[in-house]
Amino acid sequence: MSVIALPIASALPDLKRITPVDEVGVNERVARFQTRSIKKESKIEALKTVLSMIDLTTLEGQDTPGKVRQLCQKAIHLHDSLPDLPHVAAVCVYPTMVGIARAALGDRGINVASVATAFPSGMSSRKIKLEETRTAVEEGADEIDMVISRGAFLQGDYHFVFDEIAAVKEACGDAHLKVILETGELGTLDHVRRASVLAMHAGADFIKTSTGKIQPAATMPVTFVMLKAIKDFYQETGRMVGMKPAGGISAAKLAVHYLVMLRETLGNAWMTPEWFRFGASSLANDVLMQLQKQATGVYQSADYFSKD
Amino acid sequence: MAEASARVPVEKTYKIYIGGKFPRTESGRYFLLQDPKGAVIANICRGSRKDFRNAVVAARGAFAGWSAATAYLRGQILYRIAEMLEGRHDQFVAELVLQGVSKRKAKKEVDATVDRLIYYAGWADKYQQVFSSVNPVNSSHFNFSVLEPTGVVSMLVPDDSGLLGLVSNIAPAIVGGNTCVVLASESMPLCAISFAEVLHASDVPAGVVNILTGFREELTTQFASHMDVNAVVFCDSEVGVAKSIHIEAADNMKRVISRVDTRWTDDSAQSPYFVRDTQETKTTWHPIGG
Repeated sequence: MSVIALPIASALPDLKRITPVDEVGVNERVARFQTRSIKKESKIEALKTVLSMIDLTTLEGQDTPGKVRQLCQKAIHLHDSLPDLPHVAAVCVYPTMVGIARAALGDRGINVASVATAFPSGMSSRKIKLEETRTAVEEGADEIDMVISRGAFLQGDYHFVFDEIAAVKEACGDAHLKVILETGELGTLDHVRRASVLAMHAGADFIKTSTGKIQPAATMPVTFVMLKAIKDFYQETGRMVGMKPAGGISAAKLAVHYLVMLRETLGNAWMTPEWFRFGASSLANDVLMQLQKQATGVYQSADYFSKD
Repeated sequence: MAEASARVPVEKTYKIYIGGKFPRTESGRYFLLQDPKGAVIANICRGSRKDFRNAVVAARGAFAGWSAATAYLRGQILYRIAEMLEGRHDQFVAELVLQGVSKRKAKKEVDATVDRLIYYAGWADKYQQVFSSVNPVNSSHFNFSVLEPTGVVSMLVPDDSGLLGLVSNIAPAIVGGNTCVVLASESMPLCAISFAEVLHASDVPAGVVNILTGFREELTTQFASHMDVNAVVFCDSEVGVAKSIHIEAADNMKRVISRVDTRWTDDSAQSPYFVRDTQETKTTWHPIGG
């Protein structure tokens, strides 16, 4: 049977008919991922894989061009005393900083990602959201991280959210679109699954958990539900969608647990920066500290790793 | 059945103390503690390097808050520890006796420990005046030096003084705003864990003092080499240990503090210099005049 090429944005399925999520089952499954023992060479490989999947992020009101350039410098020179390190996948900034990041990164293979659509709340008109998206792409963003309108989603206005994502996808042009569900505001895992399905059908290249501005941000159960939705979507349509947990993942060990979950849910095809990302600001340093520990045998201190 | 034997004895489980919690060792390993006649007293956690790593994370996390606490508050808390220990006097005497100390000596040791805590509680708001200075300089600057805590201190406390030796090292470090990770006496670990319960009831913030039990031989290297530890204290002089501690500590230029040959029951085992051992001197040049 051949896979039929579908238009990216298909019709919105009936979200009321989506299978409810068994929360107890999800928690038990997630707990199992955290019992895998990953040591020595496998651990080093896992840590390097994590590093290659990081979207090094700064999304603060206090960001300045200097801060962004410094972050780009960090992305290029993670820790030069460790040989054979991969580079991070992307640097993630606000739209006004895209040009600066683009210039600082050059063509080293590190993407520039920009949040858009009135991040983090998404409370603005569609016209402005689309304009913001186009501006970010024109400035040189390779990837756009948009937020969904949670208010509309929660009051059941699924078509509004669907159309909005589809419109932003169109405004992105060649840039990849990541859709932030802000799961901390969605309340239940059922909502998370519905929002995931909606976003994928509307044309998302990636679905992303959180803005990092709301607690809880990324958690393993939420990410697991989204990974399962990606799997079902793939089986249904033949289109791969990427996953990006963001916010609250600052320990290397936790990141490795996420990799285990990814491997055991979606398989090897998704184990690359093309299909999986970590949105994080402090994770990179913890991973570097673990790699240095593996290289020297001595536990490390944050004092000896550059902050940005 | 005789009535007296109807009640099942309730034995205490001795666990380690990390970040204000009493977990078991993550390694799941234990060793048997025996009394001088060879009878088993308790299963003691055989702490691992990962327990140590976790304890350092807890100590580092607690440092900002504890070092910023006022000297008065730290003094009050040390005094509170002394009060709580005094209230549990008999329990500590019994534990020392169980580990082979004579009753007379045990009583003296607990008394001396309480007194030592009070001694350092008193120093809390005084050592700064004694050790800080205004320095004469040949330029138009007001030049002064003040003390700041060094950070996280790892401690290999004396093996032959299960309570007094432990507290004589912890007290001067924490009164100066440091946080610490302590490896308890290997042959007399009971009082260290009971002392953790005293700390726990004394408003000492979680993570300021972390106490592990386990084998000296296995953990000494970690205590000396961890890059996030700023000073290491050791008290016993096993052959070659001092040298290896100095070598391991050199990587991040830790302070290495040797308290070998200290007589812990003596008054010479308490002094403001013990506080200064884990302090850094910060000198400020402040322009004046013209």
